[in-house]
Amino acid sequence: MNPLSDYLTLSAILFGIGIAGIFINRKNIIILLMCIELLLLAVNTNFIAFSRYLNNLDGQIFVFFVLTVAAAEAAIGLAILVVLFRKKKTINVEELDSLKG
Amino acid sequence: MMNLQSWVFYGFAALAIVAASMVVVSKNPVRAVLFLVLTFFSTAGLWMLLEAEFLAVTLVLVYVGAVMVLFLFVVMMLDVELASIREGFARYLPLGLCVSTLVVVGLVFAAGPNNFGTDIVAKPSPHPPQFSNVAELGKHLYTEYLFPFELAGILLLVAIIAAISLTYRGRRESKAGSPVLQVQVRKQDRIRLVNIPSERENP
Repeated sequence: MNPLSDYLTLSAILFGIGIAGIFINRKNIIILLMCIELLLLAVNTNFIAFSRYLNNLDGQIFVFFVLTVAAAEAAIGLAILVVLFRKKKTINVEELDSLKG
Repeated sequence: MMNLQSWVFYGFAALAIVAASMVVVSKNPVRAVLFLVLTFFSTAGLWMLLEAEFLAVTLVLVYVGAVMVLFLFVVMMLDVELASIREGFARYLPLGLCVSTLVVVGLVFAAGPNNFGTDIVAKPSPHPPQFSNVAELGKHLYTEYLFPFELAGILLLVAIIAAISLTYRGRRESKAGSPVLQVQVRKQDRIRLVNIPSERENP
């Protein structure tokens, strides 16, 4: 069995890829949402690895709740995206500036 | 000397990293979603290796089966012109790589073998054959975590209602008139009688 550090390193790399994706694809909201899913996946892998190696099931319970929240977030995020596309005909982040932020 | 479990770990880990990188760099959003599905599958394999069977199956069923399919539907429904979306890719590439390299180096430094190696966190003994991950998880979830579990249910309900009410466009936007209002119309609401003097020929 691999040491715990292998799993932690893998999830660190996945997390880094997610962060890089958010920086690189800062125009496309869909890819941004997918990068957030990638970040959550890395965090969940961390939780499960610690839960196994410390022999404590609470980490898996936490992953369960993270999955719930992530599913809700994806559903609402995509719904907002669809409404936005219907109104503005674009999902380019640069053109969504009606709030003057 | 590597045993079979290590090979499985490295195989799934390599697959996950390659697929995740393809999610980030692929030009086509549909392809990005499919690579994300591959990432989820390989991560589910890793979770299996960590003996979190219930969550591994949940990841495949709920995440790949529901959330990713939803992503796929949305990506295919919106016709996004790819050219304008892709510009700025090269401009932000160095910054993104810098930041993510910093984060990864920091995390690996913190979580590397000298902090979490085998001699510090011992390898756990494998569970006995009759051990049920689902039963143990259920025991925790329905006793200790009952209240958070119910809150999660309410959260999902709120998400359903929000998603439906955001995207619903049925009767609200239709142009059909209401029969009730049509019957209630009176003559004086609609017709204005104007007295116009009749024209005379020039004297």
